Amino acid sequence: MSYLSTLSSAYAEIFLLVMASSILIVDLFVTSPNKTLTYILVQLTLLGCALITVMTHEPVVVHLFNNMFVDDLMSDVLKLFSYLTISMVLVYSRSYLILRGLFTGEFMVLTLFALLGMMVMISATHFLTLYMGLELLSLSLYAMVALQRDSATATEAAMKYFILGALASGLLLYGMSMLYGATGTLEVAAISDAITQGVENKALLVFGLVFVVAGLAFKLGAVPFHMWVPDVYHGAPTAVTMLIGSAPKLAAFAFVMRILVEGLQPLVMHWSGMLVILAILSMAVGNITAIAQTNLKRMLAYSTIAHVGFLLLGILSGGIDGYSSAMFYVVIYVLMTLGGFGMIMLLSREGFEADKLDDFKGLNQRSPWLAFMMLILMFSMAGVPPTAGFYAKFSVLQAVVNAGHIPLAVMAVIFSLIGAFYYLRIVKLMYFDAPESHVPIAIQPDSGLLISINGLAVLALGIMPGTLITVCAVAIQKSLLLN
Amino acid sequence: MIFGFPLLSVAIWLPIIFGLLVLATGNDRNASLARVIALIGSILGFLVTIPLYVGFDKMTSAMQFVELRDWITHFNIRYHLGVDGISVLFIILNSFFTPLVVIAGWKVIEKRVAQYLAAFLIMSGLINGVFASLDAILFYVFWEAMLIPMFIIIGIWGGANRVYAAVKFFLYTFLGSVLMLIALLYLYNQSGGSFSILDYHQMPIPMTAQILVFIAFFMAFAVKVPMFPVHTWLPDAHVEAPTGGSVVLAAIMLKVGAYGFIRFSMPITPDASHYLAGMMIALSLIAVVYISLVALAQTDMKKLVAYSSISHMGFVTMGFFIFNAYGMEGALVQMISHGFISGALFLCIGVLYDRMHTRNIADYGGVANKMPVFAAFFILFAMANVGLPGTSGFVGEFMVIMGAVKVNFWYAFAAASILILGAAYTLWMVKRVIFGAVINHHVEQLTDITLREKLIFFILALAVLFMGLYPLPFTEIMHTSVNDLLVHIARSKL
Repeated sequence: MSYLSTLSSAYAEIFLLVMASSILIVDLFVTSPNKTLTYILVQLTLLGCALITVMTHEPVVVHLFNNMFVDDLMSDVLKLFSYLTISMVLVYSRSYLILRGLFTGEFMVLTLFALLGMMVMISATHFLTLYMGLELLSLSLYAMVALQRDSATATEAAMKYFILGALASGLLLYGMSMLYGATGTLEVAAISDAITQGVENKALLVFGLVFVVAGLAFKLGAVPFHMWVPDVYHGAPTAVTMLIGSAPKLAAFAFVMRILVEGLQPLVMHWSGMLVILAILSMAVGNITAIAQTNLKRMLAYSTIAHVGFLLLGILSGGIDGYSSAMFYVVIYVLMTLGGFGMIMLLSREGFEADKLDDFKGLNQRSPWLAFMMLILMFSMAGVPPTAGFYAKFSVLQAVVNAGHIPLAVMAVIFSLIGAFYYLRIVKLMYFDAPESHVPIAIQPDSGLLISINGLAVLALGIMPGTLITVCAVAIQKSLLLN
Repeated sequence: MIFGFPLLSVAIWLPIIFGLLVLATGNDRNASLARVIALIGSILGFLVTIPLYVGFDKMTSAMQFVELRDWITHFNIRYHLGVDGISVLFIILNSFFTPLVVIAGWKVIEKRVAQYLAAFLIMSGLINGVFASLDAILFYVFWEAMLIPMFIIIGIWGGANRVYAAVKFFLYTFLGSVLMLIALLYLYNQSGGSFSILDYHQMPIPMTAQILVFIAFFMAFAVKVPMFPVHTWLPDAHVEAPTGGSVVLAAIMLKVGAYGFIRFSMPITPDASHYLAGMMIALSLIAVVYISLVALAQTDMKKLVAYSSISHMGFVTMGFFIFNAYGMEGALVQMISHGFISGALFLCIGVLYDRMHTRNIADYGGVANKMPVFAAFFILFAMANVGLPGTSGFVGEFMVIMGAVKVNFWYAFAAASILILGAAYTLWMVKRVIFGAVINHHVEQLTDITLREKLIFFILALAVLFMGLYPLPFTEIMHTSVNDLLVHIARSKL
């Protein structure tokens, strides 16, 4: 058996890397301003990745590269969702970016590299690979935020994102080095074993843990490490905001799972307490601050912070229920976020950004169908059945109550109630108010179709969530060695 | 099921499918098509519930027409439907009101007709789902989902302050329900992974937990009923809602809250129910007496009827928590009768509002001179609201008071004050609106009700009188279920 065939579990990553590099070169020869060929190639690459991931799936957990890389069911499922998300981001943002002259080869190639970073994060089981994936993702995103060179807000956002992101990476690295000092290894599974067998310098270990958790919280955007989120979401071009807000959350979930759950499970006593604080603060600050926003992108930024709080609740509840509920939550969250930002881009036109709340006034009279889709998305984000968002919250709450944290569950629902107010306000603006502008909405066929599929999927998953819940549960069960 | 025909599913999904069809007719250019489809859908929706009554076995309290399918296997959530002698009546009542609401809005609603009618049809299906669900999460899904159409109905077609009322309505009821969700999750874990309401009925629960679960349910149901002191959303919602919205709100939605008490609170936490019965009765009596006095002070007709609803629902909750057959059956009869009467009164006010665009009592006077047929109907429904013997209002109130006397004379005494206070505010309103001389030229120009309006009022008047003169068809169907429920509640689950 040749060496190459032993790498089959990493074929998707290799394929993506090769394709991204080739597209970078091919793009030089694509002269059409709309970059149609590049766009098609990128979509085909995503399709190819999906096929490879499905075909190279092994029923058992496969470790590669001296235990630096793993292929398990969780990683495969998350990767498939990532491909889908990236593909949807591109469909949504194509016409939006073309109108703004930003639909360049760099944008698409950077997207692919960001995706590669996510895939590495999802499959990494070693601090080095974890960090490498994270940086590849982050660096691509920094560049993409700054893509609109002549926009002051975008540049400011990129700067903030870069500096705070670098700080977070620093914290994370510092924490990892302490863990290395305490356990003598960078391998996730080995760290877990080393801690179980007993570590001499416990203080160093816990210190390291604190830094790692702080770094993770930074990347996730959990309060009190959330300051960058609203500014970056607001300042970046909406297409990039959509990218930042969607697929990387899937990777971040895997990242947290690998480090905290697989690597630092013996320290669960310590980190679950930290996550409780992060979760409560995130839900409180996110939901309450979102009420005061007048810009939809900022509002969705705070809503993301609140959703991260919910996600952390799932993780800290532990057990298969807790982790699979968090995974389900993150998948649903990504689907809703795509729809939300997709709607902003759909309603935008040349020289006009539909990112103010007031831009949604009277949408029901201008386009009942789009208003209905947005209605579904908003009620889903608020967690009202029969939408997918309800089951996301439901499964997390179930795990929380199951773990015996009833007061935490009560707090979570109270904050969701507060959150419901600002989602309702969007519905109110769309349905109860008269429109401010009567410019006809020019819907591109591709993104128009996609938003319909997206909205209806949120509704359909709210009526029939069973399969996805089971998929998440099985993925977690087959991937983690939980005792 | 009869001959393998899933009646309950049809009762739930048929209106929803017709609602989507109506929605598909698009904008107001096809308004008359939308109306016709909605009327057909709502009438069919009512017709399919008739076999529920005809085919109902009155001798058993077990669930009937049961449908059971797996839904979300991971959490053992099932699509479990069934009705007993209590819930079947409310499904029929709800389906009975939908065509009336569609007819009532026939001419009046002119903007976004399809959306209006679709919202009502979909809501009708969802409410049937609430009454038919035997799985806690299925119940919760319907329970929450029905807020969405109501929110939109109030917000789009409501009065001047509609946005405030719609948001208040939504958040108030949402607050109650999320706490119920936590209680359901607790029960799920305690029962070892079951969301079946019937399992919860049999499950032993320690006292502290019972009290907490009871309070969580109380938050959800008391807001919906609404009980004092969480009733403040109702007058706002009623005043701002369009006529159809008020009718469904008063006739059906309030009943959903009361139904929750007898399906969830009392059988799942009987010991806590007994323990906290004093509180429940006290709150009910405050609603009966204090809210009646508040109603007396109203200058807006809709607000007056809204407060009257709260006060009558106080009667219902008291009937439940005195734990005897008279009280409970009386309360259930009162719920149905109040559905007819309050629905009819709101329709009456709607008729006046459509002509005069005001609900202020002071703007009226001498309506009887100009609208004699309408005045006759209005007085009939007002008398029923007062509880005149021979009308449906009398039966329930009489039974609840009789039940209350058995428990405590003073309960009955306070409750009976509704007969006086109710008469005071209702008849005073009738006097100021209907009788007297014509005071202004707007009233002078009033025209009497049309055939369409006559039809609605005739049907409702028939229902009110029939139920008042011959309540047996209503009580005999609930009798076994009520008795078994009382036996069940009397057993401790500690």
